[in-house]
Amino acid sequence: MGLRDGDGGHAAGVEVTSPYLLGVVRAYDHPNTKLRAYRTDECQPWVLPVVRKVEKMIADDHSLNHEYLPILGLPEFRSSASKIALGEDSPAIKDNRVGAVQCLGGTGALKIGAEFLRRWYNGTDNTKTPVYVSAPTWENHNAVFSNAGFEDIRPYKYWDAGKRGLDLEGFLGDLESAPDHSIFVLHACAHNPTGTDPTQDQWKKIADVMKRKSLFAFFDSAYQGFASGNLDKDAWAVRYFVSQGFELFCAQSFSKNFGLYNERVGNLTVVAKDQDNLNRALSQMEKIVRITWSNPPSQGARLVAITLNTPELFAEWKDNVKTMAERVLLMRAQLKEKLKALGTPGTWEHITEQIGMFSFTGLNPKQVEYLVKEKHVYLMASGRINMCGLTTKNIDYVAESIHEAVTTVQ
Amino acid sequence: MSARSVFDGAVFMPSQRKLLEDFKRDTHPDKVNLAGREYVGEHGHTTWLPLVRKIKQQIATDPTLTPEHPPILGIPEFTRRATELALGKDSPAIMESRVFGVQTVGCTGAVRLGAELLRSCYCSSSSWSGPILLSSPCDDSLAGTFKAAGIEDVQYYRYWDAESNGVCVENIVHDLENAPEQCVVVLFASGHRPTGAELSQEDWKRVAEVMVKRQLFPFFLIPAQGLCSGSLEQDAWPIRHCVSLGLELLCAQSFSHNFGLYGERVGHLLYVLKQNLLAVQSQAEKFVQTLWSCPPMEGARVVATVLSNPAHLVDWQESVKAIAERCMLIRERLRERLRLLGGPWHWDHIIKPGGLYCSFGLNTQQVEFLVQKKHIYLLPNGCLNVSAINSRNLDYVAESIHQALSSKL
Repeated sequence: MGLRDGDGGHAAGVEVTSPYLLGVVRAYDHPNTKLRAYRTDECQPWVLPVVRKVEKMIADDHSLNHEYLPILGLPEFRSSASKIALGEDSPAIKDNRVGAVQCLGGTGALKIGAEFLRRWYNGTDNTKTPVYVSAPTWENHNAVFSNAGFEDIRPYKYWDAGKRGLDLEGFLGDLESAPDHSIFVLHACAHNPTGTDPTQDQWKKIADVMKRKSLFAFFDSAYQGFASGNLDKDAWAVRYFVSQGFELFCAQSFSKNFGLYNERVGNLTVVAKDQDNLNRALSQMEKIVRITWSNPPSQGARLVAITLNTPELFAEWKDNVKTMAERVLLMRAQLKEKLKALGTPGTWEHITEQIGMFSFTGLNPKQVEYLVKEKHVYLMASGRINMCGLTTKNIDYVAESIHEAVTTVQ
Repeated sequence: MSARSVFDGAVFMPSQRKLLEDFKRDTHPDKVNLAGREYVGEHGHTTWLPLVRKIKQQIATDPTLTPEHPPILGIPEFTRRATELALGKDSPAIMESRVFGVQTVGCTGAVRLGAELLRSCYCSSSSWSGPILLSSPCDDSLAGTFKAAGIEDVQYYRYWDAESNGVCVENIVHDLENAPEQCVVVLFASGHRPTGAELSQEDWKRVAEVMVKRQLFPFFLIPAQGLCSGSLEQDAWPIRHCVSLGLELLCAQSFSHNFGLYGERVGHLLYVLKQNLLAVQSQAEKFVQTLWSCPPMEGARVVATVLSNPAHLVDWQESVKAIAERCMLIRERLRERLRLLGGPWHWDHIIKPGGLYCSFGLNTQQVEFLVQKKHIYLLPNGCLNVSAINSRNLDYVAESIHQALSSKL
């Protein structure tokens, strides 16, 4: 049993299998192990049944074209992926002002978007445009924008450790004080690492300020469907911004919601004012892709495209995604209930208010150390846990351990 | 909201696939596309090797393979085998643990990563900006890839010699002798794109000598190992020779052509160093994380499976040899047709090099004639992909080239 910390980071991730039941402790120390994957109730990785099905179809298909994919990627993947983000009936899509670039995972999509913005946004080659990332955020955000040439990367207030929730005042304040045209990296849903998302009303307030100050919205959408179990619900923020007339980028990853961590399937959706501006932007992105990886990989994109464009497979996929999301939601609910039942001091509402793979428990570093050293329950020093590490078999132990940590260590 | 688009500063960039798009739109019944990058079979399209299909099917039904983020630097079995393929299993550099390999997104990904590493580590600089020497001519995206990584000072050395319709080693040696010391030189070990022209082993020895003398750093590209001569070892010989001389080097490999895995983007960057291997390796990890985080698995899994299984390896080597032999046969047949059509021209330079690409020494007007009037698409510099010539279009292509050369253009 173990709470495996879900982010690669530079912290050692240690997986423990049921020391309570089996007396076995397995430890591996890989500072760069990507421990961001979903796990089943048996703590195993999960190949989505629909994915297995489509993989076989592809391997057996003798009619497939084996050439390089177009530089911007597989057309049917790009359009169906954008539809997933913006909605089947998106007016922006109907207006022909939505385009996309198939990229190497969410990281690749951020990369291409960042490289384009550095070259062509807010002037030409303006490396001084401030880029704001949430405090805290996924550690790689900083590196991607910095490597793209941006010199001024700043945090915007996000997590309020005191109230264990969103620091809306601070967020809005940073939006107000940001220079006009600054770029803001927004988490579309299931904020990594806090699991705390703005409510719809809060998003409206954020969008208001951003519109007024012409701030650029660069959404990072790595968990659509995986967060609430509902694709449309998880895309609400992006779609709201589009409905408010924003031009924006949305870096989509299909690693989590398709379990395709290893095939690097991503899509940079671009929403522009009109088709002319869209085409110019895409033409420059093609040039950027050509000198980065030239053409994207076909396997994952084909798989996603076939799934999204085939009604029965699409339905099956939505079901698979719901399965994953519901397991995580169940673990959240159960953890909170158990902590309440144990009478663990403090409030634990944030466990179920937060969403997605990660949760900021609010445990302090000393309490975290206690959990790791004394109870062999592993989590990040920040108090972040990967909910996927919880199972029906270990949840009692984990709840009791947290209870002990909170009551014993101050 | 402002009425202006935030993207209105972006200048329109004509597609680099314009030639391909024009070809697709062309409705002429005899049209031929000789400008493609991929190897096409006699039937006119790309295909998976039967072995590759079999392995892909195995992978698709293997219950033990689980979805995980791959290691940042790629599948270890893949990088190990790719390194051995380029350097030879018994390479002293491997024995002495002076090599590390990174699985990349195709050859372009390998070049980009190599460029990022050079900028941040070469010559003890944290911001080395060149000079880097590319062959003239070379693949159109190479210069852009280095510049994107911050290496602005891109220069050229003479490679293709129009007079002799081949490579002139004298020119290369001269240009390298006069290059700034310690500059980086990009060299095609075999399969030069776009000309297909190659140096002999004797020529390579001379080039390597200059590299040692002037402390130049080789960045090898080997896009189609095995497809040029039919021999994996022969196609990689220049790299191995430089390693034997004690040179540090980078080498970008592609498995697109020799496995037919174009769509899967299987590439590899290998770095032969004298020291500081771990430091450079950690820099590589850092850059990979900002480029693509970790590479796609499917294609690399196939390659690793083949290269680590003796029976598969033999099977694969046979397939590669067959492709190389077909390309050679097409060149010979083309030469024969052109010879029979008459005229003062010599065609030996077509059959000298092996592999996919060939330069015909045609000028701009002649190329335009072929594209516009004969619907035969080749690169603007007169280079073409011989694999797209087959028994159905050989006569038409030969006659058209003859016409292009004979007409007053």
